[in-house]
Amino acid sequence: MGSELNRLTISEARERLRRREITSRELTRDCLERIAALEPRLNAFITVCETEAMAQAAEADRRLAQSDAPSLCGIPLGIKDIYCTRGVRTTCASKILGNFTPPFDATVIEKLRAEGAVFVGKANMDEFAMGSSTENSAFGPTRNPHDLERVAGGSSGGSAAAVAADECLASLGTDTGGSIRLPASFCGVVGIKPTYSRVSRYGVVAYASSLDQVGPLARTVRDAAAVLRAVAGADPRDSTCSARPVPDYERALSGEVRGMRIGVPREYFVEGMDGAVEGAVRGALKRLESMGARTVEISLPHTDYAVAAYYLIATAEASANLARYDGVRYGLRAGADNNIELYNRTRAQGFGAEVKRRIMLGTFALSAGYYDAYYLKAQKVRTLIRRDFERAFESCDLVAAPVAPTTAFRLGEKTGDPLKMYLSDIFTISVNLAGLPAMSVPCGADEGALPIGLQLIGPPFGEEAILRAGDAWERAGGFARRAPQL
Amino acid sequence: MKTDAYEAVIGLEVHAHMLTRSKLFCGCATEFGAPPNHNVCPVCMAMPGVLPVLNRHVVELAIRTGLAAHSEIAPHSVFARKSYFYPDLPKGYQISQYDEPLCRGGYIELAARQDGEPRRIRLVRIHLEEDAGKNIHAESASLVDFNRSGVPLMEIVSEPDLRSPEEAVAYLRELRGILVAVGASDGKMEEGSLRCDVNVSVRPRDATELGARTEIKNLNSFRFVEKAIVYEVNRQIEEIAAGRRIAQETHLWDPEREVTRPMRSKEFANDYRYFPEPDLPPLIVPPDLVEKIKAEMPDLPAQQREKYARDFGLTTYEVSVLLGRNDLGDYFVNVLAQGINAKTAANWIMTEVLRAVNESAQPLEKAAPQPQETGALLRMVEDSRISLNAAKSAFAAMCRSGKGAQATVAELGLAQVSDEAAIAEACDRVLAAEGAKLAEYRAGREKLYGFFVGAVMKAMGGKGNPKVVNEVLRRKLAG
Repeated sequence: MGSELNRLTISEARERLRRREITSRELTRDCLERIAALEPRLNAFITVCETEAMAQAAEADRRLAQSDAPSLCGIPLGIKDIYCTRGVRTTCASKILGNFTPPFDATVIEKLRAEGAVFVGKANMDEFAMGSSTENSAFGPTRNPHDLERVAGGSSGGSAAAVAADECLASLGTDTGGSIRLPASFCGVVGIKPTYSRVSRYGVVAYASSLDQVGPLARTVRDAAAVLRAVAGADPRDSTCSARPVPDYERALSGEVRGMRIGVPREYFVEGMDGAVEGAVRGALKRLESMGARTVEISLPHTDYAVAAYYLIATAEASANLARYDGVRYGLRAGADNNIELYNRTRAQGFGAEVKRRIMLGTFALSAGYYDAYYLKAQKVRTLIRRDFERAFESCDLVAAPVAPTTAFRLGEKTGDPLKMYLSDIFTISVNLAGLPAMSVPCGADEGALPIGLQLIGPPFGEEAILRAGDAWERAGGFARRAPQL
Repeated sequence: MKTDAYEAVIGLEVHAHMLTRSKLFCGCATEFGAPPNHNVCPVCMAMPGVLPVLNRHVVELAIRTGLAAHSEIAPHSVFARKSYFYPDLPKGYQISQYDEPLCRGGYIELAARQDGEPRRIRLVRIHLEEDAGKNIHAESASLVDFNRSGVPLMEIVSEPDLRSPEEAVAYLRELRGILVAVGASDGKMEEGSLRCDVNVSVRPRDATELGARTEIKNLNSFRFVEKAIVYEVNRQIEEIAAGRRIAQETHLWDPEREVTRPMRSKEFANDYRYFPEPDLPPLIVPPDLVEKIKAEMPDLPAQQREKYARDFGLTTYEVSVLLGRNDLGDYFVNVLAQGINAKTAANWIMTEVLRAVNESAQPLEKAAPQPQETGALLRMVEDSRISLNAAKSAFAAMCRSGKGAQATVAELGLAQVSDEAAIAEACDRVLAAEGAKLAEYRAGREKLYGFFVGAVMKAMGGKGNPKVVNEVLRRKLAG
């Protein structure tokens, strides 16, 4: 391996690009070489965009030469294969979209193009973002760079693994119930799920519309802040997107946590939790206290109902969102003699087992006679969970918790037991139901050197507070990131 | 209806295509007749990841309609997903309004008939929804045209307040008049701008409870609405008389055989799994928007009828003919603009113009001359420049040729001669040629006067201004 520019952070790379010490083409080539070397083992990408990436890099170099360079100009990124990219196949890790090439860009892709970013490839994921391990991909599982026998987490497993393994400098994922934070935690990178409505969802293949949110994965909090700033903001094509101005998140990174009140929810340190995880999280909190933050115990009493409420609301929305994959207009079409046969065969062949399971769950939850008992009740629970957090934020500025009860588990370990798999998201799901911003930042490793994530949760539009805390922890030595040995 | 022992109970659900340039949730054009799949984009084709954005103009038109129908405009209403699979429904769900519609309650008042009171037909609701595409079944394949996918529709649901087929049609006409007046729809039923589903039940005249109802779909003309209701009411009465029960089911109107037939249960047995549309926030209508729209409300049909009767001195019948079509009222006003007497204009439109429309089977703007030209023609009659008969000939020619009034009258040589010298000269010629008759006249045979008028007119090729001819002739005859 030559120059290994692919190991740079965004902050380092953009300085060197600006000073013309390196070119985006060199940087991008190093990423593509790394991808070529690792992909047979890692499988972080469904599609590698070599030609397009080199063309984007050349264009970025032209802009850099003219000193017309926005902050992400020339930076190679991985894009979860859930984002529609004009002219580049977008599969959502499903056979049903195996041949689908969108004629349009998602809003965030448009924004990143305007920034001059380079897209090295479309990252692997659980099919339609349904899963916690990236094992539900029609294109095979992504492996954890820290241990190839283990999962990368999901559903944005490809996005997390690619960043951890230095295949790109940062990436975009999506988070519906923990799909950015869990893989970030398992792969030892930073992952942010912003406030619901902070980032446009236009062109992001929908799983659960009221929960889905776009977010970055990166190697440092500062890098994640830079990507978040580039993608956030109002969008006339998304009616649920907030018009609130986007702050310069990097400016919030003062390194100062003095006086910050960090709430520690009693319900998030549970029986059966991995000792190493609890130790690492508590250790990080001690460290933040030593830097002047104050921890307060809080309670989020409805936490126990979050997983159940989530699997009713998310699957209900998904059952409608995925109805459009019918074989009529695009994507897979199975041979058939009539409509009903066309739907049955196309969907039977096109969707994987977990997607079918969730469509059936959601269809059931919305059916006549069951709506009140399931969907409506789940919405009421959602309100209670939101109120839990509102009350908690009366006594603290942010909430800290583990991201997951364990570190990365073995491939196949939970695929036979969906419920066990669903419980991987036990600490992340409430945040989606409440629409809050949250981040996973590496805070330690277990005895097998598998990364552990610290989850920082903010009040609505409180991204700056969690970024400041995460950055301060990183600067104070935090957890020295160890490059995976591959 | 076959028996007076029963009463019909009828409710209407009207779907109106709205008069907007763009679709309900995207910027695609709504124009009618574009090549298949021409007015489409990722949103109305339901590509992965796309999101709906509500058309503001549609909301304003619906509020106008609601205000015209005395509905309550909900400050907070909600869109919902109605799920079912069909190839012309690209998302697999239709975005509609369900338990929280935009307009709630209200009524439409039907003009009093000779014998009775005006009738108020109450509304349940008015809500917004999107249309589906269109399936086209070719010989070896089924095709889908998505031009109509996402076109805005307003659904106007009445209470079961209607009691006869005639009343149902009167309601539909009044509703159409309102939709056209507020600019919400072009009201063209034959082009599918209005579609109507009818709920029908019958009950013994003294009963208060409702009987089991059937819903008749696929009614796209006033005539079919009336015929379908007549058929269905009679059918239900016969069933009950024969001791059978009316099944609560959906029927389809068969316009060929003029009967209703039940749809197979598979065709409508759907659980639509409604739930609030998470991609659209609740629709909030601020009070000042409602006030603003209220202040800009155009005249409604009832107000227009009153105004026509009052301002133009027209009879109820004349008003009903002129305002019975969307286009005649405007035509009438534009004819009046040429300074034509209202009665003259109304008579002309009700006879000559409507005849032209009926004979050509073309829309008004193609069948008849521009109202300005018709006005110019009538002006010539009022100014005695042509005779009424000449005007009729000229009008028929104008309908065929599309030429203006002046040109046509000149071309056909219909202009009257009012020039006294020319008329005097004609009189002199006639009197000179008819010396014998003149002598008789002067001797007292005054009924010969008519003969001389005829002769002079003949001598002038029928173009002499009768008034001037009379004056001059009397003078000459007197010697």
